[in-house]
Amino acid sequence: MAMTMKGEVALPADRQTVWAKLNDPEVLKACIPGCQSLDKTGENGFSAVVKLKVGPVSATFKGNVELSDFDPPNSYKISGSGEGGIAGFAKGGAVVHLADAEGGGTLLTYDVEANVGGKIAQLGARLIDGVAKKNADTFFANFAENVKAG
Amino acid sequence: MSVTGIGASVRRKEDVRFVTGKGRYTDDINRPGQAHAYFLRSPHAHATINNIDLSAALKMPGVVAVYTGDDIAADKVGGLICGWMIHSKDGSPMKAGAHPALAQGKVRYVGDHVAVVIADKLSQARDAAEKIVVDYGVLPAIVDPAMAVGADAKIHDAAPDNTVYNWHLGDKAATDAAFARAAHVTRLDLVNNRLSPNAMEPRAAVGDYDEGTDGLTLYTTSQNPHVARLVLSAFIGLAPEHKFRVIAPDVGGGFGSKIFIYAEETVCVWAARKVRRPVKWTSDRTEAFLSDAHGRDHVTHAELALDAYGKILGLRAHTTANLGAYLSTFSSSVPTYLYAPLLSGQYDIPAIYAEVDAVYTNTAPVDAYRGAGRPEATFVVERLVEIAARETGKDPAAFRRQNFVTSFPHQTPVIMCYDGGDYNASLTKALEIADYANIGKRKAEAASRGKLRGIGISAYIEACGIAPSAAVGSLGAGVGLWESAEVRVNPIGTVEILTGSHSHGQGHETTFAQLVSERLGVPIDNVAIIHGDTDKVQMGMGTYGSRSGAVGMSAIVKALDKIEAKAKKVAGHCLEASPDDIEFKDGKFTVKGTDKSIDFPSVALQAYIAHKFNGQELEPGLKESAFWDPTNFTFPAGVHICELEVDPQTGVTTIVKWTAVDDFGNLINPMIVEGQVHGGIAQGVGQALFEGAVYTKDGQLVTASFMDYQMPRADNLPSYNIAITKTPCPSNPLGIKGCGEAGAIAAPPAVINALTDALGHEDIAMPASPLAVWRAARKTMAMKKAAE
Repeated sequence: MAMTMKGEVALPADRQTVWAKLNDPEVLKACIPGCQSLDKTGENGFSAVVKLKVGPVSATFKGNVELSDFDPPNSYKISGSGEGGIAGFAKGGAVVHLADAEGGGTLLTYDVEANVGGKIAQLGARLIDGVAKKNADTFFANFAENVKAG
Repeated sequence: MSVTGIGASVRRKEDVRFVTGKGRYTDDINRPGQAHAYFLRSPHAHATINNIDLSAALKMPGVVAVYTGDDIAADKVGGLICGWMIHSKDGSPMKAGAHPALAQGKVRYVGDHVAVVIADKLSQARDAAEKIVVDYGVLPAIVDPAMAVGADAKIHDAAPDNTVYNWHLGDKAATDAAFARAAHVTRLDLVNNRLSPNAMEPRAAVGDYDEGTDGLTLYTTSQNPHVARLVLSAFIGLAPEHKFRVIAPDVGGGFGSKIFIYAEETVCVWAARKVRRPVKWTSDRTEAFLSDAHGRDHVTHAELALDAYGKILGLRAHTTANLGAYLSTFSSSVPTYLYAPLLSGQYDIPAIYAEVDAVYTNTAPVDAYRGAGRPEATFVVERLVEIAARETGKDPAAFRRQNFVTSFPHQTPVIMCYDGGDYNASLTKALEIADYANIGKRKAEAASRGKLRGIGISAYIEACGIAPSAAVGSLGAGVGLWESAEVRVNPIGTVEILTGSHSHGQGHETTFAQLVSERLGVPIDNVAIIHGDTDKVQMGMGTYGSRSGAVGMSAIVKALDKIEAKAKKVAGHCLEASPDDIEFKDGKFTVKGTDKSIDFPSVALQAYIAHKFNGQELEPGLKESAFWDPTNFTFPAGVHICELEVDPQTGVTTIVKWTAVDDFGNLINPMIVEGQVHGGIAQGVGQALFEGAVYTKDGQLVTASFMDYQMPRADNLPSYNIAITKTPCPSNPLGIKGCGEAGAIAAPPAVINALTDALGHEDIAMPASPLAVWRAARKTMAMKKAAE
């Protein structure tokens, strides 16, 4: 089952700084909710372990995170997919845009598409939209905190 | 009628053990040294399996073995079969895609079986399954039957365009001619919603292998253990029948879903021999939602042609039937021969033509579910008839009466020959009980409270007591549908009945004993009903299609006839009279015109002592068997009337009165019949208002627990007003027709006819949930406002 979300967050840093952080694996690891590990496997690819809980189902997803569609320092796409064993699978991506905000700083907008299947969809159908939105919001909120902290 | 004979409302003998927790179900069975199976299921609706890495799983504690489709293939375990051949219009056989017990190279629905882990404990098997790494190549999926043809998803190579068959029945030219001269044509598009069966007891299996005898035993939740053995032996090839015992102990509901031969049961018994240990699996509730064969799922366009006086001239229907990702055991017969032959309903319709396109989708297999095809047909007919009456300004009851079949036998244009009935009698009685004449007053009173009140009639007919073997054989069934019985009279006069019918809630231990009590004059407590074990009962076809009474009990009657004839000979020797002069009544053998008599237990004893007759001329013992093959289907019919109220503010529908008048022929136990009607109506109301199995577009099942799949509850249902009419069935010795499915068949159109009557428009589909009804009621209020 698929779902989409949009959001934006204002960041107190210039576009170049934000862009650098968006491409820093340590920052990404700190920001991805439930991320246990994020190891570089290629120029723009990572292997990841993410712990996720949807309603009554909690699972550890093993999969990949990839950065693509680079347009520095304006936009890129971060996408990931993982298999959670008998819990099912989750995959999704976010197109991230950066723009100079009025009065300084950077406005980050995101456009998320997520997809889950298996037991997560079977048992958590009513919760999925909320959980997906919360995870997306948490990622960008964490990112904003990270930017603020410099 | 004695207090325990035919027609008595005897309390169910089996209920004492069921309600005190003393029943013995498959999950209660544990064999020494048993291991547990856990199935890894596909999270994808459609994907290639590029690789399965079992290495980590095999190292997990307690793991005995992990098997995949490769092991099934290596052992040459045959695929699961569909036992009813349907031919397309062009004469070509149905396109059956391979159905391996564990997926080979590809998964085709969420829940498809990818691998099985066998471990000492269930928790260990589950933990090990977590470690299996499957590399899937996700493919496009299709779940909507109406969109399956031409979809990007190509489910089986054997079935181009995802089509199983394009079947038809009836005379197209005659039907088209009827429509050409029609004064009025009613047109209807409808969906018969997909349902999960939800038996109280989930499926379970224990496979056991005896190395000493090379014999296999399968304990399983089956409605028809002999059919399971036949299929697992002859087609899947696990063991020859004489080395294979199937035991179905107490079974807690099935509604059809336990007829079929599934992957899990097959794998348990196959794996038991491989690992040399008993292997047990019990479905959890979510697995049941995913993998028990679903029901219904039709998309239909139907039309009814009327002349200027309101006489029905013809009916035509085009149905697309979703059969899911694989053909289940009897799936092909449900939307064809169990469906279209019922499109005549209770009506004299000169011309009928039905086309059915069956398609594969990336969903669980769809097969028979309580009523199987007949609820779908009745929904089409009774919605059409209701709307036709409304469109032509006729009273729906009078319109039905005008078109009823009134003389019998009546040959319909779609195979069935109705052998008897009195449809007017049921309608008259139902209208009276429902106080149909005063519905106008009640509607006005409800309107004064801001409620929308409606009344809906459903005049259903079904064909059950399935089925005459030669007839179903000519229609494609792989096996005849007779039944067997054996009557063993013990030396002290107690009786054991071995039957191929298998109760999964119907109360056979009571009703079958009532028959014996009636015939032999023995107390029902002296009668044991033995079923569900292939080592005890020689052969049988099982319980479904309301056949246990009409077919199973008829076989017992035939065997009892033989018992009586033999016992008369023994009694003749004891009483020194000719068997022709012996009368048998109320458990006593009497020489006609004398007071010389001997009771049944004494005759039984003499049959075994064998001192009083020449053993060369009359065999000792008292045991007879019989096979009964019916000569026709039976045709229960009746009228159900639903009266309900809609709250347009909340969309909540409240059923305020339910009237059911059914003609089941003669009744064995009226209380059990009434219980069957209650349960059937509840299930039918469930389909109409609450239940629906829902897949997302990409094939995820989002109604996989009772949080999301709403079952009818006690407070959704009224107390029913139940009555019967009676025309004995002419085609079996007991004159009984069958009652197991009637409620589920009758109820959905009764509810929707009442709901559309309340709403004043036809724009509502099943399940009519509060949200759907609230939206529909908004339209009603807008229409009312516009009319003012």
